[in-house]
Amino acid sequence: MKILECAELLNARVIVMTENSDIEISVACGSDLMSDVMAFSGATNQMMLTGLVNPQTIRTAEMLDVKIIVFVRGKVPDENMCDLARDKGISLLSTPLTLFTSCGILYKSGIRGKEEAI
Amino acid sequence: MRHTIQIRHSREGGSNIEPLIREYEIKANDFTHAGEASSSMKRSLIRIGVNPEHVKRAAIAMYEAEINAVIHGGGGIAIVAVSPESVTIEIIDKGPGIEDIGKAMTEGFSTAPDTAREMGFGAGMGLPNIRKNVDDLQIESELGKGTRIKLVVLFS
Repeated sequence: MKILECAELLNARVIVMTENSDIEISVACGSDLMSDVMAFSGATNQMMLTGLVNPQTIRTAEMLDVKIIVFVRGKVPDENMCDLARDKGISLLSTPLTLFTSCGILYKSGIRGKEEAI
Repeated sequence: MRHTIQIRHSREGGSNIEPLIREYEIKANDFTHAGEASSSMKRSLIRIGVNPEHVKRAAIAMYEAEINAVIHGGGGIAIVAVSPESVTIEIIDKGPGIEDIGKAMTEGFSTAPDTAREMGFGAGMGLPNIRKNVDDLQIESELGKGTRIKLVVLFS
Protein backbone atom coordinates (compact mmCIF):
# COMPACT_ATOMS: atom_id res chain seq x y z
CA MET A 1 0.00 0.00 0.00
CA LYS A 2 1.27 3.49 -0.85
CA ILE A 3 1.45 6.35 1.63
CA LEU A 4 -1.41 8.31 0.08
CA GLU A 5 -3.69 5.26 0.25
CA CYS A 6 -2.86 4.97 3.96
CA ALA A 7 -3.62 8.67 4.42
CA GLU A 8 -7.01 8.26 2.76
CA LEU A 9 -7.93 5.19 4.83
CA LEU A 10 -7.00 6.98 8.06
CA ASN A 11 -8.53 10.31 7.07
CA ALA A 12 -5.04 11.64 7.72
CA ARG A 13 -3.43 14.91 6.83
CA VAL A 14 -0.01 14.77 5.16
CA ILE A 15 2.27 17.00 7.22
CA VAL A 16 5.60 16.14 5.58
CA MET A 17 5.98 14.29 2.30
CA THR A 18 9.46 13.20 1.28
CA GLU A 19 10.76 11.44 -1.79
CA ASN A 20 9.72 8.09 -0.25
CA SER A 21 6.07 8.66 -1.23
CA ASP A 22 6.24 5.74 -3.65
CA ILE A 23 7.45 3.08 -1.24
CA GLU A 24 5.23 0.06 -0.71
CA ILE A 25 4.12 -0.29 2.91
CA SER A 26 3.52 -3.84 4.11
CA VAL A 27 4.81 -3.88 7.72
CA ALA A 28 4.01 -1.41 10.50
CA CYS A 29 4.18 -1.01 14.26
CA GLY A 30 2.25 1.07 16.77
CA SER A 31 3.33 2.28 20.23
CA ASP A 32 3.70 5.38 22.37
CA LEU A 33 6.85 3.97 23.94
CA MET A 34 9.94 4.42 21.78
CA SER A 35 11.83 1.99 24.03
CA ASP A 36 9.37 -0.73 23.08
CA VAL A 37 9.42 0.22 19.41
CA MET A 38 13.17 -0.35 19.36
CA ALA A 39 13.03 -3.50 21.46
CA PHE A 40 10.04 -5.31 20.02
CA SER A 41 9.03 -3.98 16.65
CA GLY A 42 11.70 -5.64 14.57
CA ALA A 43 13.80 -4.11 11.88
CA THR A 44 11.59 -4.17 8.84
CA ASN A 45 8.83 -1.66 9.55
CA GLN A 46 8.16 0.93 6.92
CA MET A 47 5.60 2.74 9.08
CA MET A 48 5.21 3.62 12.78
CA LEU A 49 1.96 4.80 14.38
CA THR A 50 2.24 6.73 17.65
CA GLY A 51 0.64 9.34 19.85
CA LEU A 52 4.03 10.52 21.08
CA VAL A 53 5.02 13.83 19.55
CA ASN A 54 8.63 14.88 20.21
CA PRO A 55 11.96 14.85 18.35
CA GLN A 56 12.84 11.43 19.74
CA THR A 57 9.97 9.95 17.75
CA ILE A 58 11.77 11.06 14.59
CA ARG A 59 15.14 9.85 15.92
CA THR A 60 13.73 6.42 16.75
CA ALA A 61 12.29 6.13 13.25
CA GLU A 62 15.64 7.18 11.81
CA MET A 63 17.55 4.49 13.73
CA LEU A 64 15.10 1.80 12.61
CA ASP A 65 14.89 3.01 8.98
CA VAL A 66 11.15 3.67 9.39
CA LYS A 67 10.09 5.89 6.50
CA ILE A 68 6.62 7.05 7.60
CA ILE A 69 5.27 8.17 10.98
CA VAL A 70 1.52 8.46 11.55
CA PHE A 71 0.63 10.60 14.55
CA VAL A 72 -2.68 9.43 16.00
CA ARG A 73 -5.35 11.14 18.15
CA GLY A 74 -4.97 14.33 16.15
CA LYS A 75 -1.40 14.99 17.32
CA VAL A 76 0.56 17.38 15.11
CA PRO A 77 4.37 17.75 15.11
CA ASP A 78 5.92 21.20 15.45
CA GLU A 79 8.05 22.83 12.76
CA ASN A 80 11.34 21.67 14.30
CA MET A 81 10.16 18.07 14.14
CA CYS A 82 9.01 18.58 10.55
CA ASP A 83 12.43 19.98 9.61
CA LEU A 84 14.16 17.02 11.26
CA ALA A 85 11.85 14.60 9.44
CA ARG A 86 12.54 16.27 6.07
CA ASP A 87 16.27 16.09 6.79
CA LYS A 88 16.02 12.37 7.54
CA GLY A 89 13.69 11.57 4.64
CA ILE A 90 10.78 10.59 6.88
CA SER A 91 7.19 11.41 5.88
CA LEU A 92 4.71 12.51 8.57
CA LEU A 93 0.93 12.03 8.68
CA SER A 94 -1.62 13.07 11.31
CA THR A 95 -4.93 11.27 11.82
CA PRO A 96 -7.76 12.15 14.22
CA LEU A 97 -8.30 8.40 14.85
CA THR A 98 -7.02 6.54 17.91
CA LEU A 99 -4.03 4.20 17.77
CA PHE A 100 -6.29 1.15 18.12
CA THR A 101 -8.65 2.18 15.35
CA SER A 102 -5.85 3.26 13.03
CA CYS A 103 -4.00 -0.04 13.43
CA GLY A 104 -7.26 -1.94 12.91
CA ILE A 105 -8.02 -0.15 9.66
CA LEU A 106 -4.53 -0.72 8.29
CA TYR A 107 -4.50 -4.37 9.36
CA LYS A 108 -7.87 -4.95 7.68
CA SER A 109 -6.36 -3.44 4.53
CA GLY A 110 -3.44 -5.87 4.46
CA ILE A 111 -0.65 -4.19 6.45
CA ARG A 112 0.86 -6.53 9.04
CA GLY A 113 2.99 -6.43 12.17
CA LYS A 114 6.40 -8.08 12.24
CA GLU A 115 4.91 -11.36 13.52
CA GLU A 116 3.00 -11.89 10.30
CA ALA A 117 5.33 -10.08 7.90
CA ILE A 118 5.98 -12.08 4.75
CA MET B 1 32.26 -0.28 44.59
CA ARG B 2 33.10 -1.05 40.96
CA HIS B 3 30.83 -3.30 38.89
CA THR B 4 31.74 -4.83 35.55
CA ILE B 5 29.80 -7.00 33.15
CA GLN B 6 30.92 -8.45 29.83
CA ILE B 7 28.81 -10.30 27.28
CA ARG B 8 30.35 -11.68 24.08
CA HIS B 9 28.71 -13.43 21.15
CA SER B 10 30.84 -15.10 18.54
CA ARG B 11 30.54 -14.46 14.81
CA GLU B 12 33.08 -14.94 12.04
CA GLY B 13 34.19 -13.01 8.93
CA GLY B 14 35.43 -9.55 7.89
CA SER B 15 35.27 -6.77 5.27
CA ASN B 16 37.27 -4.00 3.59
CA ILE B 17 35.83 -1.04 5.47
CA GLU B 18 38.00 2.06 5.83
CA PRO B 19 39.04 2.80 9.46
CA LEU B 20 37.39 5.79 11.12
CA ILE B 21 37.41 7.46 14.55
CA ARG B 22 34.83 9.97 15.79
CA GLU B 23 34.14 11.63 19.13
CA TYR B 24 30.83 13.21 20.13
CA GLU B 25 29.61 15.22 23.11
CA ILE B 26 26.37 14.11 24.76
CA LYS B 27 24.50 16.77 26.73
CA ALA B 28 22.57 16.01 29.91
CA ASN B 29 18.76 16.11 29.78
CA ASP B 30 18.76 17.60 26.28
CA PHE B 31 15.97 15.68 24.59
CA THR B 32 15.93 18.03 21.63
CA HIS B 33 19.41 17.05 20.47
CA ALA B 34 19.60 13.58 22.02
CA GLY B 35 20.37 11.09 19.31
CA GLU B 36 22.49 13.39 17.16
CA ALA B 37 25.66 11.44 17.95
CA SER B 38 24.02 8.16 16.93
CA SER B 39 22.56 9.80 13.83
CA SER B 40 25.99 11.08 12.81
CA MET B 41 27.59 7.69 13.45
CA LYS B 42 24.91 6.00 11.37
CA ARG B 43 25.53 8.36 8.44
CA SER B 44 29.28 7.72 8.67
CA LEU B 45 28.82 3.94 8.58
CA ILE B 46 26.49 4.19 5.59
CA ARG B 47 28.95 6.49 3.80
CA ILE B 48 31.89 4.11 4.16
CA GLY B 49 29.82 1.20 2.91
CA VAL B 50 28.97 -0.85 6.00
CA ASN B 51 26.22 -3.44 5.46
CA PRO B 52 22.80 -1.85 6.28
CA GLU B 53 21.88 -4.53 8.82
CA HIS B 54 25.11 -3.94 10.75
CA VAL B 55 24.52 -0.19 10.52
CA LYS B 56 21.04 -0.59 11.97
CA ARG B 57 22.21 -2.77 14.87
CA ALA B 58 25.00 -0.33 15.73
CA ALA B 59 22.63 2.65 15.44
CA ILE B 60 19.99 1.12 17.72
CA ALA B 61 22.55 0.08 20.33
CA MET B 62 24.36 3.43 20.32
CA TYR B 63 21.09 5.38 20.42
CA GLU B 64 19.92 3.42 23.47
CA ALA B 65 23.27 4.03 25.19
CA GLU B 66 23.24 7.71 24.21
CA ILE B 67 19.72 8.15 25.61
CA ASN B 68 20.87 6.48 28.85
CA ALA B 69 23.72 9.00 29.11
CA VAL B 70 21.25 11.85 28.52
CA ILE B 71 18.76 10.56 31.10
CA HIS B 72 20.96 9.02 33.78
CA GLY B 73 24.57 9.95 33.14
CA GLY B 74 24.52 13.73 33.25
CA GLY B 75 25.77 13.68 29.67
CA GLY B 76 29.16 12.45 28.57
CA ILE B 77 31.10 11.53 25.46
CA ALA B 78 30.78 8.91 22.76
CA ILE B 79 33.83 7.54 20.96
CA VAL B 80 33.27 5.59 17.76
CA ALA B 81 36.08 3.56 16.19
CA VAL B 82 35.52 1.71 12.92
CA SER B 83 37.92 -0.97 11.75
CA PRO B 84 37.60 -3.22 8.68
CA GLU B 85 36.06 -5.87 10.93
CA SER B 86 33.84 -3.97 13.36
CA VAL B 87 32.58 -0.77 14.94
CA THR B 88 33.40 -0.16 18.59
CA ILE B 89 31.36 2.43 20.44
CA GLU B 90 32.20 3.72 23.91
CA ILE B 91 29.79 5.89 25.88
CA ILE B 92 31.40 7.40 28.95
CA ASP B 93 29.51 9.46 31.52
CA LYS B 94 30.24 10.95 34.93
CA GLY B 95 26.81 10.24 36.36
CA PRO B 96 25.86 8.48 39.61
CA GLY B 97 26.76 5.02 38.29
CA ILE B 98 24.63 1.87 38.18
CA GLU B 99 24.00 0.32 41.58
CA ASP B 100 23.16 -3.17 40.32
CA ILE B 101 24.12 -3.92 36.70
CA GLY B 102 22.43 -7.33 36.81
CA LYS B 103 19.13 -5.70 37.73
CA ALA B 104 19.65 -2.94 35.14
CA MET B 105 20.01 -5.64 32.46
CA THR B 106 16.58 -7.02 33.35
CA GLU B 107 13.82 -6.19 30.86
CA GLY B 108 11.32 -3.80 32.43
CA PHE B 109 13.57 -2.58 35.26
CA SER B 110 13.95 1.20 35.14
CA THR B 111 15.00 4.06 37.38
CA ALA B 112 14.22 6.71 34.75
CA PRO B 113 12.48 9.91 35.91
CA ASP B 114 9.11 11.08 34.55
CA THR B 115 10.84 13.49 32.15
CA ALA B 116 12.35 10.50 30.33
CA ARG B 117 9.01 8.65 30.28
CA GLU B 118 7.35 11.68 28.74
CA MET B 119 9.86 11.36 25.90
CA GLY B 120 8.90 7.72 25.30
CA PHE B 121 11.77 6.14 27.22
CA GLY B 122 12.23 4.62 30.67
CA ALA B 123 10.50 1.33 29.89
CA GLY B 124 13.47 -0.61 31.17
CA MET B 125 14.43 -1.89 27.73
CA GLY B 126 17.59 0.13 27.06
CA LEU B 127 20.41 -2.13 28.26
CA PRO B 128 18.61 -5.39 27.28
CA ASN B 129 18.09 -3.96 23.79
CA ILE B 130 21.75 -2.93 23.53
CA ARG B 131 22.75 -6.49 24.48
CA LYS B 132 20.43 -7.87 21.80
CA ASN B 133 22.02 -5.80 19.02
CA VAL B 134 25.74 -6.15 19.69
CA ASP B 135 28.39 -8.87 19.51
CA ASP B 136 30.33 -7.71 22.55
CA LEU B 137 29.18 -5.58 25.47
CA GLN B 138 31.18 -4.37 28.45
CA ILE B 139 29.72 -2.21 31.19
CA GLU B 140 31.87 -0.70 33.92
CA SER B 141 30.20 1.40 36.55
CA GLU B 142 31.34 2.92 39.80
CA LEU B 143 28.88 4.52 42.20
CA GLY B 144 29.41 8.26 42.39
CA LYS B 145 31.90 8.25 39.50
CA GLY B 146 30.12 7.21 36.34
CA THR B 147 29.58 4.51 33.77
CA ARG B 148 31.47 3.34 30.69
CA ILE B 149 29.65 1.22 28.15
CA LYS B 150 31.70 -0.36 25.38
CA LEU B 151 29.87 -2.17 22.60
CA VAL B 152 31.07 -3.86 19.46
CA VAL B 153 29.20 -4.79 16.28
CA LEU B 154 31.09 -7.13 13.94
CA PHE B 155 30.78 -6.69 10.16
CA SER B 156 30.13 -10.32 9.40
